Amino acid sequence: MCLGIPGLVTEILDADKFVANVEVSGVTRKINVACVAEADKLDDLVGKWVLLHVGFAMSIIDEEEAARTLEVLTQMGELQEEMAAMRNGAVA
Amino acid sequence: MKYADEFRDPAKARSLIREIEATLPRVTMPDNRPLHIMEVCGGHTHSIFRYGLQKLVPDSIEFVHGPGCPVCVLPMGRVDDCITIAEQPGVIFTTFGDAMRVPGSRGSLIDAKARGADVRMVYSPLDALSIARKNPDREVVFFALGFETTMPSTALTLLQAADESVGNFSMICQHITIIPTLKALLADPFTMIDGFIGPGHVSMIIGNKGYEFIPADYGKPFVVSGFEPLDMLQALLMVLQQMAEGRAAVENQYARVVPEDGNPAAMKAINEVYEERESSEWRGLGTIDHSGVRIRAAYADLDAERKFGLVPAVVADPEICQCGEVVRGQLKPMQCRAFGRECTPATPLGALMVSSEGACAAYYQYGATELAAPNHD
Repeated sequence: MCLGIPGLVTEILDADKFVANVEVSGVTRKINVACVAEADKLDDLVGKWVLLHVGFAMSIIDEEEAARTLEVLTQMGELQEEMAAMRNGAVA
Repeated sequence: MKYADEFRDPAKARSLIREIEATLPRVTMPDNRPLHIMEVCGGHTHSIFRYGLQKLVPDSIEFVHGPGCPVCVLPMGRVDDCITIAEQPGVIFTTFGDAMRVPGSRGSLIDAKARGADVRMVYSPLDALSIARKNPDREVVFFALGFETTMPSTALTLLQAADESVGNFSMICQHITIIPTLKALLADPFTMIDGFIGPGHVSMIIGNKGYEFIPADYGKPFVVSGFEPLDMLQALLMVLQQMAEGRAAVENQYARVVPEDGNPAAMKAINEVYEERESSEWRGLGTIDHSGVRIRAAYADLDAERKFGLVPAVVADPEICQCGEVVRGQLKPMQCRAFGRECTPATPLGALMVSSEGACAAYYQYGATELAAPNHD
C-alpha cells in the first residue's frame, strides 16, 4: 500500500477522466493518471513507465528504474502482495 | 557480508560499506551508545531486514525503526469505529488488505466479516467507488488510511464521487501526515536520533522543503532515500558524510524519483479535500497535534463519520503491549514482554506485528535472535 509499483502505460481509455490501461507484471489494470499528465498530453504517456500507488500513477520513471524497483519489490515479497490485491480488486 | 551477494550490484554494495567504514572515524560519536539512524518509512524498515543491512554496517551504527507504517500506528479505537460502521445494516465496508488484520477491542475487520459483516478488501479506493456504483441500494464505505502516498488517491476518488454524485459512497478518513509526526518525535526529550533516512515515496508527493526544520532547528542530517538496499547504503553514507563534515542538511539521494517540489497535482487534490485535525491518536504514541487530516465540510456528504453520526471510540492499548517504546526507539521489538509469546504475526496484539512493514513483524519474520542487537540502555 505504501510502496509504489512500476507499471507500463499501454493505452489511454478515457482522456476526460484520466483513465489509462497500465500493465504490471503481465496484469492489465485501469489506472488513474491525473497526477502525472496534463489533459492535452495524455497520449504522450503511452509507452512510459509509472509508479503506481493504489490505482493511481504518482510519478513517471525510466525503464531501468522500473526494472530495479520490480526486482526489489519481488525480493521483498511486496509485489506478490500488491498483485494479489490488484487481482482481487479487479473482480470486486 | 552474508547477504551482499543478493544485491543487484554486490561490488557496489561492498564499496559503499567500505566508504561507510572509512567515514565513521571522522564522525563525533554520542556518549555510551551507538549512532542512531532512524529510517522513517516502513518500506525502508522492511528493506533493512530483508537485506540484512543492520548486519552489513559497522556495529557502532544502529538503525532505529521509525513510525512510518500507517497500519502500525492505527489505534484500536479507530478499528472499533470501522467495525461499528461495517456492522450497520446494508453497509459494504471496504479497505486495503493490511488494515483488515489490525485488532481493535472487538477483534479485527476480518473477525467482523466472519461474524457476518460485508467487509471487502480492495486494491484501490477506485474499486470501492466502483462497488458503490454497482450496488446503488447499499451504503459503500471506504476506510482511507496512510501517509501522503495514499492521500492523493483517496482525495481524487472522493472528488470523482462528488463529481458523479454517487450518493451511496463515503469514506472514513484516517490519513496522517509525516511532518507533524517528525516534529513530535524530535520534540520528545526521550528521542535519541542522530540522523534520518527520509521516506522516498512520501517525498515524491510532498517534496523535500518540509523537512528543512530538521537540520535548521535540530541540527540533524536528513537524507531522502530510495528503498533499494544500495539506495539505503548510499543514503546512510550521505548522512555520515554530513556528520563528518560538521554540517546538517536535507539531501535527496532519490532524485531520480523525488522532485524537490513533490507532485503539485497530487498536493492540489489533497488540499482540496482534506484539512488538518486539531489532533490525532496514534497507537503507542498517544495523541499528536495536527498530525492527521479530516474531510472538509464541503464534502460532508461523503464523510462516513458525519453520515453515520460516528462517536469515535477511545480504547487503551492492551496493558502488556509496549508498542510505544518500540516506535520511539527505546526498546527493540524482542525486548517487548509480549513479543513472540502473546504477540505473533498469526495472533498480533500490537499493530507493529500486523504489517510486513512493522518492525515487530520484520524481526519475527527474519529471525529475532540472529538480528538481535545488544541492549545499550
